[in-house]
Amino acid sequence: MKIGIPRETYDEENRVAATPESVKRLIRLGYDVSVETGAGEAAGFFDDALESAGAVLTGAAAVWSGSDIILKVRPPSLTEAEQMKEGAALVSFIQPAVNAELLEVLKARKINSLAMEQVPRITRAQKLDALSSMANIAGYRAVVEAANSFGRFFTGQVTAAGKVPPATVLVIGAGVAGLSAIGTAGGLGAVVRAFDTRPEVKEQVESMGASFLMLDFEEEGSGAGGYAKVMSDAFIKAEMALFAEQAKEVDIIITTAMIPGKKAPTLITKEMVQSMKPGSVIVDLAAEQGGNCELTSPGKAVVKEGVTLIGYTNMVSRLANQSSRLYATNLTHLLDNLTPEKNGEAVYDMEDEVVRGMMVTKAGEITWPPPPPKQPAPKSAAPPDEAIALEPSFMMKLWQRWAPQVMPFISLAIGGFLLYSLGRVVPPAFLQHMTVFVLACFVGYMVIWNVTPSLHTPLMSVTNAISGIIVIGALLQVSGPILSFKTLLAAVAVLIATINVFGGFLVTQRMLKMFRKGGDHE
Amino acid sequence: MSSGLITTAYIAAGILFILALGGLSNQETARRGNLYGILGMAIALVATILGKEVTGYALIVFTMGIGGAIGVMVSRKVQMTQMPELVAILHSFVGMAAVLVGIAGYLDPNTHYLTGVEKTIHEVEVYLGVFIGAVTFTGSVVAFGKLRGTIGSRPLLLPFRHFINLAAIVVTIGIGILFVGAEGTGFPLFGLVIMTFIAFGLGWHMVMAIGGADMPVVISMLNSYSGWAAAATGFMLGNDLLIIAGALVGSSGAILSYIMCKAMNRSLANVILGGFGTSGGKVAEGGEQGEAIATTLEETAALLKDSKNVVIVPGYGMAVAQAQHPVFELTERLKKDGVNVRFAIHPVAGRMPGHMNVLLAEARVPYNIVLEMDEINEDLEETDAVLVIGANDIVNPSALEDPNSPIAGMPVLEVWNAGIVVVLKRSMATGYAGVENPLFFKDNTRMLFGDAKETITGLLAAI
Repeated sequence: MKIGIPRETYDEENRVAATPESVKRLIRLGYDVSVETGAGEAAGFFDDALESAGAVLTGAAAVWSGSDIILKVRPPSLTEAEQMKEGAALVSFIQPAVNAELLEVLKARKINSLAMEQVPRITRAQKLDALSSMANIAGYRAVVEAANSFGRFFTGQVTAAGKVPPATVLVIGAGVAGLSAIGTAGGLGAVVRAFDTRPEVKEQVESMGASFLMLDFEEEGSGAGGYAKVMSDAFIKAEMALFAEQAKEVDIIITTAMIPGKKAPTLITKEMVQSMKPGSVIVDLAAEQGGNCELTSPGKAVVKEGVTLIGYTNMVSRLANQSSRLYATNLTHLLDNLTPEKNGEAVYDMEDEVVRGMMVTKAGEITWPPPPPKQPAPKSAAPPDEAIALEPSFMMKLWQRWAPQVMPFISLAIGGFLLYSLGRVVPPAFLQHMTVFVLACFVGYMVIWNVTPSLHTPLMSVTNAISGIIVIGALLQVSGPILSFKTLLAAVAVLIATINVFGGFLVTQRMLKMFRKGGDHE
Repeated sequence: MSSGLITTAYIAAGILFILALGGLSNQETARRGNLYGILGMAIALVATILGKEVTGYALIVFTMGIGGAIGVMVSRKVQMTQMPELVAILHSFVGMAAVLVGIAGYLDPNTHYLTGVEKTIHEVEVYLGVFIGAVTFTGSVVAFGKLRGTIGSRPLLLPFRHFINLAAIVVTIGIGILFVGAEGTGFPLFGLVIMTFIAFGLGWHMVMAIGGADMPVVISMLNSYSGWAAAATGFMLGNDLLIIAGALVGSSGAILSYIMCKAMNRSLANVILGGFGTSGGKVAEGGEQGEAIATTLEETAALLKDSKNVVIVPGYGMAVAQAQHPVFELTERLKKDGVNVRFAIHPVAGRMPGHMNVLLAEARVPYNIVLEMDEINEDLEETDAVLVIGANDIVNPSALEDPNSPIAGMPVLEVWNAGIVVVLKRSMATGYAGVENPLFFKDNTRMLFGDAKETITGLLAAI
């Protein structure tokens, strides 16, 4: 089958659906690949590089009408879609919710269309998840844009010319884009705070080095498929109060709050913008869906109330090389899945949850929206401790509350009592040995935890040799009448324990000699 | 030599032993650590032999000569793949020595005038030392046989086996009470010998019931026992150095057992009392699994050459096939082509802790490209190709994905996150745990059937 990659015609779209690497991989899957001349130029992939990777360069018309599978970034225009071969396949972002007209054209042309934003959020499909890979880039770029418009350092410094405080960044929405923004801003040295309606992302936020702003309010924000859902009015009120307070403190706000298929919620009001320090920056990643900030002008960067409002809708396209690479990799993973025989023949298995989820039109029928996914994606949905939480009795609660404090004392008391009774009956000579024994156990415990796992085998053989120390016991008994039973036993013990001592140490030595570091020349 | 000097020599030896173990914390200091150990042992031996109590020099020279010669010979001849066996048999020697020293100590006329509590304590020490030693001895012998293959590695499950063990312990305690309370030497000695045989039986039975892949735990456990046996002997003889060395070895073995158990997400009791799929554990239902995709030497060779990052996951299969040397050659060959090759080691890969590391070291693979599971698991996502050589359960995704799997919760190497996984295996048989491995049926998995050594050699030729 023939795969075609056209040039993106959408305004300010620099990305492309193929890179030299992805072309090679597609060819390895058995496909012929043709690319429209100049398709990759804006993203830094030039024609000769694509050609030497094995792609055939042709004109736009030949790509559209001559390919069995079209790989693309943006949804095709109606004219483009109409040029497609009947029964061919289209893989791109399609946005079926807002592109009803396009869907009708695709249906009429009997196109199998796979929408990249419809990849189900399941573990197996992660490597196809273009939304995540694009969101990651958007988050990074948002910080870069913010830094560009912000008049100060991100990182705090103490210089000869005075002290520079670090910038404070607030990230709203800790999805992929939000987390990426948190990481990037943190990497530049800013103090980062983050907010999300889903409490379970707290850990992720904190793992990226940001502090998580808690709302003193009980409501679970996780919806199906791992996305956020619309929250209640009371929740939104509490949330807005928090943002109003934060707006006065922070230097940069990055908003990423989007709800699938709906207008983005307004989180930053005009008053909040007014309350921000002059020179502050707001980056609104939801600009394409109307924006999280009242004052955002989608597609533009403007200064209002002394605050720079960045509402670029092509954030990802501004990093076209990187985003094309990731997107093309997502596509090759998809094609890899669609081509089980590696013979260049794509198979669309509607039983496969991933293919079913992505397919929006198939053989003259609209197959969107897909049936709902089986369970909300990342595990959080099923409360893990449900079984334990089942109405604990009062005593149980009391126990759970106090056990951690009380238990150590109980064990100390038991230990103390045992030692006391031991000390009363047992002669001091034994206790001296006991002291040595207990201390040696502790020393052993401390020392052994430091042993690197790769040396566990030498550890065993050296401890083998050391436990051969039992030879001393045998030596002490071997003296005496040579023919007595006791001497005989002891002699045998000396013999075998000596094997241990010699064998153990020597084999350890032999093993340790073999361990060498890379680059050592012996 | 005065007893003061002997005591100070023992202090020195004890410190040197601790330094020896401390040295193993990394590869650079490990060799020096071992030398400390040797020095400590030499000091201890010389001090003891020169002590007043020791006079039978002729016998000592004779027995130590033979023992030493055997030790030197064994350490020269043993192959690295046989290390687990060697370690097991050495454990058994310590166990046997503890039994012999214990009985000899009981016969020692110098202790017969002890009275009251001291006598009781002494007898308890003798009894305990002999018991632990005997269990260690037969346990290690069976472990040795299983590792060598002379005894089948399948667990032997006698009917009422828990009951048998329990009965053995109860009888042991019973005899013990009689032994400690008894006067004279005739009957108690008889009791001691009977108990020794019961303990032999117990050790034999306990390890017979444990299967081959649980050997890392068993060996660590026996290592620990051999230490406790030495410590008990130390108590019996009132010798602090024996107590110190025994305690060090005992806690070392205990920690290793703990680490191994944790790596399999099982408790020690679970390993000892019941193998996989024997008690409680559910053996995999056949269920639809899909089809495994086979591949060829040429394809794999091309794949490896085109990759930037390759991770090799060795398992017991590599040890069995003695494939570590060709694996090293393959590594060198790929490195020459600019491929970044690393190794991922699961804590329980192989038959004893650190088994794979030693094999790779023997084949001259530098240790800084040999990584632990926790170090490499995250990198697997960015890895182009993973080569699994003779490993199964440690790369089984159902440990994470299927809560009903017998190995659920066991940490595994998440190789399926890599671009492509090539599994070198003799057949489609299940691993030790008897669990189907869904890895083999994943879209990005290819099976390369055949003996590991021949396959790797073939791969080398194909590249």
